[in-house]
Amino acid sequence: MCLRMLATRVFRLVGNRALSTSICLRGGHGVAKVEDYTLPAYFDRRESPLPDIKFVQQLSPDQKSLKEKEKGSWAALSKEEKIALYRISFKESFAEMDKGTGEWKSVVAGIFFFIGFTGLVVLWQRNYVYGDVPHTFDPEYKQKEVQRMLDMRINPVEGFSAKWDYENNAWKK
Amino acid sequence: MFSHVLLKVSSDRLWSFSSTASVAARSYSHGKQETDEEFDARWVTYFNKPDIDAWELRKGMNTLIGYDLVPEPKILEAALRACRRLNDLASAIRILEAVKDKSGPHKEIYPYVLQELRPTLSELGIPTPEELGIDKA
Repeated sequence: MCLRMLATRVFRLVGNRALSTSICLRGGHGVAKVEDYTLPAYFDRRESPLPDIKFVQQLSPDQKSLKEKEKGSWAALSKEEKIALYRISFKESFAEMDKGTGEWKSVVAGIFFFIGFTGLVVLWQRNYVYGDVPHTFDPEYKQKEVQRMLDMRINPVEGFSAKWDYENNAWKK
Repeated sequence: MFSHVLLKVSSDRLWSFSSTASVAARSYSHGKQETDEEFDARWVTYFNKPDIDAWELRKGMNTLIGYDLVPEPKILEAALRACRRLNDLASAIRILEAVKDKSGPHKEIYPYVLQELRPTLSELGIPTPEELGIDKA
């Protein structure tokens, strides 16, 4: 019971808000609110050079008088007036709409930054997370290992022991 | 080229009894293929409509730019004159920008088009985007 009352109160709140924003009344009188996205939109596109609407919809008095002057000879217009007329109808020229954003620089910078940060994480990990390497990495142990491999004649034809000069107990030059 | 001539000759022989086959007919596609001249003439007629309205101008231009070609100067002249009838200088400049953009890597097309349109541009007082400085971002 309480839940049902709560639901109806919520509905009434929502209903009031909806009624206040749209003039659509019950009974079919009035006009529904027109949403922005249903109206023709302006966009600069290479493949569609003349958009559905002019860029500037509300003209200032100066612009209105310029539009009147446009009805006469175009040769009488100054260069600034011609540019102003262009800017009333269009937001960006082809050159402006086609130019790059330079976003790639931010992307590459971001890549380097995060690679660097990862490097720091790896360094920290090496110091604080991983323990010591096994004793088999000690230089003395490694020396004994190499000696043992030479004694066993590992790869004596073309590989490891082939590079050792057994007469002079040194690596071949 | 050579094979096309062969096909045309064979079609002439096949349909020689029907004199209605026009020169533009080719025997390997369905229906008639429009020649370049017919295409140009059609578009010039479109833009030359005396009472063309703004929507028709926009629609025509956007469609024309959608094709895989740069419009002939005579079509563009008709379009520019339509802009004049509609008192729309901005669209006239936009058309010139679109032609340059449509030429893509073929940088010699735009100067040629401007050269051909020079009398019309002077007569109507239409500036090129370069003259206005809006060809640079």
